[in-house]
Amino acid sequence: MKQAIQSGSPFRVTGEMAGVLLLALFIVVVLPLGLDTFRLNMVGKYLTYAFVALGLVLCWGSAGILSLGQGIFFGLGGYCMAMFLKLEASSPEATKIQSTPGIPDFMDWNQLTALPWFWEPFHSLTFSVVAVVAVPALLAFVVGLAMFKRRVGGVYFAIITQAFAAILTILIVGQQGYTGGINGITDLRTLKGWDIRTDEAKLVLYFVNAALLIGCILLCLYVRHSKLGRILVALRDKEDRVRFSGYDVANFKIFVFCFAAALSAVGGAMFTLQVGFMSPSFVGIVPSIEMVIYCAVGGRLSLLGAVYGTLLVNWAKTLLSESFPELWLFAMGALFIGVVMVFPNGLAGLYQQYLAPHVKRALSRGRTIAPAPASATTSAIVPPHTAAD
Amino acid sequence: MSSDKTSGGLRSPFRRKLLLGMAALPALTLLPRGAIAQALATDAVNTTKLAVTDSTVKVGILHSTTGTMAISETGSVQAEKLAIAQINEMGGVLGRKIEVIQEDGASDWPTFAEKARKLLVEDKVAAVFGCWTSASRKAVLPVFEQYNGMLYYPTFYEGLEQSKNVIYTGQEATQQILAGLDWVSKEKSAKSFFLIGSDYIWPRTSNKIARKHIEKNGQKVVGEEYFPLGHTQFNSVINKIKLTKPDVIYASVVGGSNVAFYKQLKAAGINLEKQTLMTISVTEDELLGIGGENIAGAYACMKYFQSLKNPNNEKFVAAFKKMWGGESVIGDVTQAGYLGPWLWKLTVEKAQSFDIDKIAVASEGIEFKEAPEGYVRVHANHHLWSKTRVGRARMDGQFDMVYETADLIEPDPFPKGYQ
Repeated sequence: MKQAIQSGSPFRVTGEMAGVLLLALFIVVVLPLGLDTFRLNMVGKYLTYAFVALGLVLCWGSAGILSLGQGIFFGLGGYCMAMFLKLEASSPEATKIQSTPGIPDFMDWNQLTALPWFWEPFHSLTFSVVAVVAVPALLAFVVGLAMFKRRVGGVYFAIITQAFAAILTILIVGQQGYTGGINGITDLRTLKGWDIRTDEAKLVLYFVNAALLIGCILLCLYVRHSKLGRILVALRDKEDRVRFSGYDVANFKIFVFCFAAALSAVGGAMFTLQVGFMSPSFVGIVPSIEMVIYCAVGGRLSLLGAVYGTLLVNWAKTLLSESFPELWLFAMGALFIGVVMVFPNGLAGLYQQYLAPHVKRALSRGRTIAPAPASATTSAIVPPHTAAD
Repeated sequence: MSSDKTSGGLRSPFRRKLLLGMAALPALTLLPRGAIAQALATDAVNTTKLAVTDSTVKVGILHSTTGTMAISETGSVQAEKLAIAQINEMGGVLGRKIEVIQEDGASDWPTFAEKARKLLVEDKVAAVFGCWTSASRKAVLPVFEQYNGMLYYPTFYEGLEQSKNVIYTGQEATQQILAGLDWVSKEKSAKSFFLIGSDYIWPRTSNKIARKHIEKNGQKVVGEEYFPLGHTQFNSVINKIKLTKPDVIYASVVGGSNVAFYKQLKAAGINLEKQTLMTISVTEDELLGIGGENIAGAYACMKYFQSLKNPNNEKFVAAFKKMWGGESVIGDVTQAGYLGPWLWKLTVEKAQSFDIDKIAVASEGIEFKEAPEGYVRVHANHHLWSKTRVGRARMDGQFDMVYETADLIEPDPFPKGYQ
């Protein structure tokens, strides 16, 4: 970990940098020039899912830990942000018609007469921003500690993350006086007095989001090229060997799981800011699996692929549902089946196979770690030695 | 939240503008009807760049046609399309044919918000008929307020909301609950109630109102239980019901859970012919899924039943079946969905304009005499004056109306003493 970007061919690094630059150009220049504010805001929303996909590339693609509960962290990040915004929107003047002015409207509907203690710190923006990353990372740490120290992995781990997603949804829906229930936390208005609903604000938030995303990609690249990144790949491919070499495998897994959680949470917070509300429908099992699909369509081994995959799937979803309101789900299903059957390594796989050799031979050398296409989807989900002793 | 903005700020300017509008109205009526329609150039009736041309006007329909809510919302879509087809047959609105842009909310609240924004910003529709669940309405409300759109919302709901940009064509909670409770108290001399509902804002708010009313009347609530949406195991609560022996089971269980609830009630030997059960969440649509044999004898408190006997309703049911097939059933919300396009048409014609601001003001006092439920009128708070009716479920999936209030009940979304 101490040696930063270690050895590796300089070509690959520059190649990847060129890729990042291209993506940055696409997101920051091409899209804003080509789309109106409404469509751009939608792309902004899609890009918040890309944070989750990035986390999954590291967690699932690199380290072989498939989490089907990333929605938990996306949701928690989003809720932390939403709680701050909701408190700001619930000033005593704005809520004077309630039985108890000064508390969020849904609390008043549920007969709460005072702000619950755990809402109090969310009056502070600094606390909220820290909480956006810290709360999900902490939860991931606890879950990771409990699971990985006991060497729970593979399918079992995936199922447990699903269970957590279900638990959290039920908790949020059930405690509606404290969380807004199934409606979620809605009608968010301002951030420190700055109206986030205007077109200008949406534009600014789009660029903030884009910058954060590029920053996160660079961070992920850094992790991947560090020694840590290599150990992650090693423990995906032969966990026992890494353990016998004297590494504490669990710690590495916990780290990458927390890292992915923190990334998802940043996405969640940006989602709340751009869309203007947060609801349990992003926390549950279905959205969590959808997020894995974004990553799979893009190619779970490629950071950039995951971003493009997220954009493609969501764009297709919007377009198809606008054109065929009654049939679009079938079209989406066909798209996913097509991806899995025809190009299991996703967009990135296609690029690797057909374009990369022409673009730069050096680029593909670093990716030989990818397993053969046919077994690709299963091998990472079920590492062979997970349940060993 | 929406309400804080509206209840303070809406009423008085509303009244003032309305008075101005009223003052101008007599002058308009002096002109022959046809002359107005032709004289009204698009520029005059549409000053805010909505999608209105000389011959057409675009409106949106925004419901879930996929996902878990599709089964409930399909009826509303059908009713809205029927109303629009009928209006077009009559020559449209201010001489303009209505064109529908339909979007799918996919039972997903953020999708609703996204599609609402699309309809308002991209398509610039003059009105949107849509939403079903409270969650979807809460998700789109800020969008409608920000972009100044007009939403006609068909579902009976929990109240606690009022917006310049929404017309609520379903009942708010007090309209649905109070009269029904009074009737059952009198008719069945009920002293004790057991409240059971799905766990979200509508059943909770409804039961809160019901409980206050019950306790005010000196009666007792012997149990109050909530279950997550989609819950299917009701045996424990049925045991509690058997132990507490309430005079009335008061149910607001929604969606698929209903099927399990009524089947298990029956299996546990609770005969609804003897045990009084009143529900505020079962319409003809749900009856279809539950099966008449499982629920026959239960009372439902609604404002509309398909079996209502009046000329308007007979025409409506016939037209609906002609358009959507003889097997289709029509529930309370479907009928409320049908009101939306008609109320909008009447309002536009009263305001002589498609402008949202003018429609928001002109909506007060709009009367729709051809409503299948009977005469309705729009209140200043954008809800409808309507009757409360109690129906008894039959084996064949219909209701027999056993009671209706004599007068229209005033909508009161922020009921004093019930909050």
